[in-house]
Amino acid sequence: MVKEEQELANRPDNTAFTQQRLPAWQPMLSAGIVIPGFVLIGLAFIGIGVALFVTSRSIQVLEFDYTGVDQNSPCFKCSDPKVLNCVCNLNFSIDSLFKGTVFFYYGLSNYYQNFRKYGVSKDDVQLSGDLTNFKTPSDTCSPYAYDSNNQPIVPCGSIANSMFNDAFKLYQIINGTNTLVPFDGKGIAWWTDYNIKYRNPSITPLKNAFNNTVKPIFWSKPAYELDTSDPANNGFINQNFLVWMRRAALPNFRKLYGRINEGDYAQGLPAGNYSLEIAYNYPVLSFDGRKKVVFSNVSWMGGKNEFLGIAYLVIGSMCVFMSIVMLIVYAKFKFPEEDGVPGH
Amino acid sequence: QYLCAKHEERRVRANDREYNEKFQYASNCIMTSKYNIVTFLPVNLFEQFQEVANTYFLFLLILQLIPQISSLSWFTTIVPLALVLSITAVKDATDDYFRHKSDNQVNNRQSQVLIRGSLQNEKWMNVRVGDIIKLENNQFVAADLLLLSSSEPHGLCYIETAELDGESNMKVRQSVSVTSALGDPNNLALFDGEVVCEPPNNKLDRFCGTLYWRDKKYTLTNQNMLLRGCVLRNTEACYGLVIFAGPDTKLMQNSGRTKFKRTSIDRLMNTLVLWIFGFLVCMGVILAVGNAVWEREVGSLFQSYLPWDPPVDNFLFSAFLSFWSYVIILNTVVPISLYVSVEVIRLGHSYFINWDQQMFCSQCNTPAEARTTTLNEELGQVEYIFSDKTGTLTQNIMSFNKCSINGKTYGTDPLDFTPFNPLADPNFCFYDDTLLESVKVGDTHTHKFFRLLSLCHTVMSEEKSEGELFYKAQSPDEGALVTAARNFGFVFRSRTPGTITTTEMGRPVTYTLLAILDFNNIRKRMSVIVRNPEGRICLYCKGADTVLLERLHPCNQELMNITSDHLNEYAADGLRTLALAYRDLSEDEWEAWSESHRCADKAASCREDRLAAAYEQIEQDMMLLGATAIEDKLQEGVPETIAVLSLANIKIWVLTGDKQETAVNIGYSCKMLTDDMTEVFIISGHTVQSVRQELGSVCLSLSLFSLQCPPPSPPPPPSNLMDNISGEFALVINGHSLAHALEADMETEFVSTACACKAVICCRVTPLQKAQVVELIKKHKKAVTLAIGDGANDVSMIKSAHIGVGISGQEGIQAVLASDYSFSQFRFLQRLLLVHGRWSYLRMCRFLCYFFYKNFAFTMVHFWFGFFCGFSAQTVYDQYFITLYNIVYTSLPVLAMGIFDQDVPDQRSLEYPKLYEPGQLNLLFNKREFFICIAQGIYTSVVLFFVPCAVLSNATQSTGVPLADYQTFAVTTATTLVIVVSVQIALDTGFWTVINHVFVWGSLGLYFTIMFALHSQTLFKIFPNQFHFVGSAQSTLLQPVVWLTIALATAICIVPVLAFRFLKVDLKPQLSDTVRHTQLVRQKKRKPVGRSVGGAWRGVGRVSEGRLGTRGSRRSGYAFAHQEGFGELITSGKNMRLSSLALANFASRHSSSWIDTLRRKKHSHAHTPPSASGESSPPLYRLPLLFLAGE
Repeated sequence: MVKEEQELANRPDNTAFTQQRLPAWQPMLSAGIVIPGFVLIGLAFIGIGVALFVTSRSIQVLEFDYTGVDQNSPCFKCSDPKVLNCVCNLNFSIDSLFKGTVFFYYGLSNYYQNFRKYGVSKDDVQLSGDLTNFKTPSDTCSPYAYDSNNQPIVPCGSIANSMFNDAFKLYQIINGTNTLVPFDGKGIAWWTDYNIKYRNPSITPLKNAFNNTVKPIFWSKPAYELDTSDPANNGFINQNFLVWMRRAALPNFRKLYGRINEGDYAQGLPAGNYSLEIAYNYPVLSFDGRKKVVFSNVSWMGGKNEFLGIAYLVIGSMCVFMSIVMLIVYAKFKFPEEDGVPGH
Repeated sequence: QYLCAKHEERRVRANDREYNEKFQYASNCIMTSKYNIVTFLPVNLFEQFQEVANTYFLFLLILQLIPQISSLSWFTTIVPLALVLSITAVKDATDDYFRHKSDNQVNNRQSQVLIRGSLQNEKWMNVRVGDIIKLENNQFVAADLLLLSSSEPHGLCYIETAELDGESNMKVRQSVSVTSALGDPNNLALFDGEVVCEPPNNKLDRFCGTLYWRDKKYTLTNQNMLLRGCVLRNTEACYGLVIFAGPDTKLMQNSGRTKFKRTSIDRLMNTLVLWIFGFLVCMGVILAVGNAVWEREVGSLFQSYLPWDPPVDNFLFSAFLSFWSYVIILNTVVPISLYVSVEVIRLGHSYFINWDQQMFCSQCNTPAEARTTTLNEELGQVEYIFSDKTGTLTQNIMSFNKCSINGKTYGTDPLDFTPFNPLADPNFCFYDDTLLESVKVGDTHTHKFFRLLSLCHTVMSEEKSEGELFYKAQSPDEGALVTAARNFGFVFRSRTPGTITTTEMGRPVTYTLLAILDFNNIRKRMSVIVRNPEGRICLYCKGADTVLLERLHPCNQELMNITSDHLNEYAADGLRTLALAYRDLSEDEWEAWSESHRCADKAASCREDRLAAAYEQIEQDMMLLGATAIEDKLQEGVPETIAVLSLANIKIWVLTGDKQETAVNIGYSCKMLTDDMTEVFIISGHTVQSVRQELGSVCLSLSLFSLQCPPPSPPPPPSNLMDNISGEFALVINGHSLAHALEADMETEFVSTACACKAVICCRVTPLQKAQVVELIKKHKKAVTLAIGDGANDVSMIKSAHIGVGISGQEGIQAVLASDYSFSQFRFLQRLLLVHGRWSYLRMCRFLCYFFYKNFAFTMVHFWFGFFCGFSAQTVYDQYFITLYNIVYTSLPVLAMGIFDQDVPDQRSLEYPKLYEPGQLNLLFNKREFFICIAQGIYTSVVLFFVPCAVLSNATQSTGVPLADYQTFAVTTATTLVIVVSVQIALDTGFWTVINHVFVWGSLGLYFTIMFALHSQTLFKIFPNQFHFVGSAQSTLLQPVVWLTIALATAICIVPVLAFRFLKVDLKPQLSDTVRHTQLVRQKKRKPVGRSVGGAWRGVGRVSEGRLGTRGSRRSGYAFAHQEGFGELITSGKNMRLSSLALANFASRHSSSWIDTLRRKKHSHAHTPPSASGESSPPLYRLPLLFLAGE
């Protein structure tokens, strides 16, 4: 009896787990799965690719570089950094109706918002409306934390300091008169940025919260006066500010400036001549940057994106092609299914 | 200790604690544990940071604390590092806890110490040097003691040293004569002798010291010592003086740290990790150069928006900092979790070995045990197995199996002896009742046959009570023969130096023992000359047939032929045979011979030769009685295992201390040698020249078959030349020849010759030579070696081989203690290697491939991004993702694969031993495979970066908001990465158990859950500074474009892999693919398994069942161990507990002569230095010691 008990104690458990006999699914790349699988994937990709390509084709995009490098460019006169408060007009015409809500973007090239030190140069606590960080901005903002008089800068840091400050006004030229095409600048930032991430201090008027602070060095007006037309669109929740603060992943990027969805232009921009009045404030030529504006409408898949459709088409075709190759190979070197295991 | 070191000697005075305390000797408290509660943390951390990897990560952590460099938050490194450190620390702490426990248990053992004249119970830890302690039977010896006195005559006591040296036979120790007289505690309490001896050392067989007592000097040797770890046996009690205590004892001095073994995968991994470091530095340099260029060309102009930090004043310094920043973010190519994961997987595999029921031996109730958890995958790469014979291949049980008496052979059916003979040994079994019948009938020849067996031997008997006989035989063969005689009614009862008492068919008979003509290697026989009660003198002889049949009377010719046939038959069955003969001597013949024998014995010079000549003289004209056949029982399943292993291309070498005949015999019976072999070469030369010559001729014969044999002279031939020889050869080499063959100038030749042979047997090798042979193969063949053995003599071999396997469940545990794996049956080796080893190797390789792949795919994205972010060491991903990627998101699926994956079921890998080959050729993970993994990883990283980059740069949400912001990009890339590597692990996993499903799906689920949690508003509101990514997950993953991007990238990554794998299986299927395929097809068709499968294996089974055909060569073995017998001791009466008889009888004539013999013998082949005999100790007491030392 004792011996049996001892035996029980030493004998390993006879379970599927300990004996490595767990029931298991053992997939194998057999021709019956792989070849039809490739065909299916290929066809699905081609289908999606066609859909994407067609949709992308239907999207209209209008792009203008207004940096003013070229002497013939309307903004050439403004490209000299010494010229202040320069305004230039960009005239263009649209042949056919620019359908749907038209989105107006500004774009920058060779601009490194994704540079690591640029990216960390802000104070999230300050931007979430914490007044203690109004007085003592975080070190990450350096060298834009304090001005030369040791006054705290609010909002601090490189990102805020370098905020894009060109302003745009679009006019449709109807019979020689300029009719303002209004940009809707609301809701162009992320919902979470506007509602959660960035908060103004709960002090009214907002101006008081900024006592004993200075505006960022490059700014022409303080944060609480960014939008004089709409008092609610000021401080850290100014839409353009939010758009700027959401830094781009790549050195060539565009950012939403406004939508054209009001009044006569709710259905899109009608054909005709237009003039874009640009308040040229933002110098980019010093680092060989470029500025552009983009008009675009969107579909269910967003803006124009030819790459995606083409990529899907290519991959889909390659899958189909591979399946044919595999079928040939399989037919030629048939897996020895019937022969059982070859001798060894 | 200080004094000790100074004087190089140790002084111990008995019963004088004050005196001894001056020297500050170590107390008897032992401490094998490494830490206590206070020191644990610092010491353990210190040890862990000696690991290069850990230090490297610590270095990274420090780098991360420098704000200018820190491209990643410190917690991305400290979280994994802390995890790794704490897992290791927990493991170390657990180990140490058990050491503490065992220390406490040992330290608290009770022992009786003589304090102030009375025996008191003390804990072992309180025993001091200089104390006198009392030991009782079956107690462990508490410290290294000088034996003072014992309850046995002459101050003898018996000890078992299994725990110390693994030898399971008993040994005798004897006290110095003056102290043995002390006897009782009262006298001992007054004993104030002083011992001066050598300082503590680890030589188990040596002790040098002097006892000073009452102005006299007595020399002390190892024969007077009882070492800690021994067990007192067959001795009621003894007293000893503590000389060395605790850590100074020889046991503790020997328990040095064993050599840490690493697997070849380990070494490869370390090399690869170094390469990866190099790669990392290269990446860092490239990116730093990029940074320098960028800062000069772009950054310096961009300063209006992004001024350089105050410490950064030029692009070169910025590049320098950038280098370190990139080292930090690219460090994940060498993930800290790699080493921990590897350990976890190995631990899992070790548990599977421990848990395997098919490696559990129910007879000895021992499961297999993986004692080292770090070598598992090497089990899948073994090319050479070095096996001990006795106890490993064989059970070391000799059974009297067959016999031929007067031309009639016996031995078929089992017999029950008890009704016939009450003195029978119940364990004995024999298979022929006709023999019993002929004994009962009273057949003269049969009686003579068994009488010879009961008389002609050197066995000692012990009869505790009537009928309860115990034989102490020097070799199990002899024991088997005497036991056979006992069961057939010729019971050997007892002996004195001059008599042998037997019970013949129930009638006690006492024979006068006139002479023992003992066994030696040259004679290969032994004889006794006895006078029976009727006064007739008879010589009984048993010996190897080759020598014995030559010495028969010519009238035996006919019988000799018949017996010879029988012997051939027995030998063909792999039995160990002996021929038996007798000769009746007349009184005159005896007298004459006795005189010449005495002369020879007295001879001062060439005594041995003259004795041999004298023996030769009388062992003539003998009458043949018959022959015995003893089966050296193989362990279960040995031939099958050897056959399967050789089908798996594993070469098996048998290294044994046995003599050539025995070894060859076993070689045949376990089918290593077969009659189908082209030739079995035997090398047994004694000189360098002859060995070289023999080796050369072997080479020549081999070259006849291959025409590729290299010339025997240098330059050394490439050993692979001889790998493809058509015939099957075997090589048998003797220990003394091996010694020459292992010399530097011959070893290459030996290796290439030996490796060309299918089987190699080295016989009569010393433990050291065993290790040398293993080292030789390790050195020349670069192959993985495995040594398997059971005894202390195998320890060196077990330690030097890549993998050491100990046979457990036997008496000695030394081999097991030195081994990496232990189990109780040799046949489990095939399961260990072909199933567990193969799986471990496969799993480890797949694991490593995938691990490197996933980390390169993960990390290299940063490199590509570097070209777009001004080489600023901006990470692509969220830092939390970087922290968690290796330890949470992708660790479990690959661990599950590494632990549970199976390509083919276990029974298939035993059926198709060829499946083992990829491991030996190291095909599944090598530098090439590594580069393929890396290439795949880099390809994946390219796709992961550029596809989202191309898609997102112009894409917008359906609300018109651009998708090209950094956070969207980060989330998209990270999600794609997790999905791609999950799909990849799903492809790599060949065996989807529930656990794999849970881990793979769970990891994906976990990724999304954690991401949404980290990007949630709640966390941001609490730590606005830490969670910048608030809302990103939601905003990104709701976009159809993002999902289209993920699908696209996944397809681009996976589709080529799928196509490649399919084509590979289709065009160049591996055996495992084929087996797996067949298995699956069969499962689908639900056919009964095993139609065409297993042919190879069943063939093996047949071989083992079938009897070997008749053989030309007879393998007779003189069934004795190769040591010289006890003959002289018996006649001298030394080893008998006889009070006056022995003392009176052993005259100086005898004793002096056999002392010399023993001394000479010890010089010639024992490794122990000759025990110095004390000057003052009388010869009377010295003699037994010498005999026992020889043992």
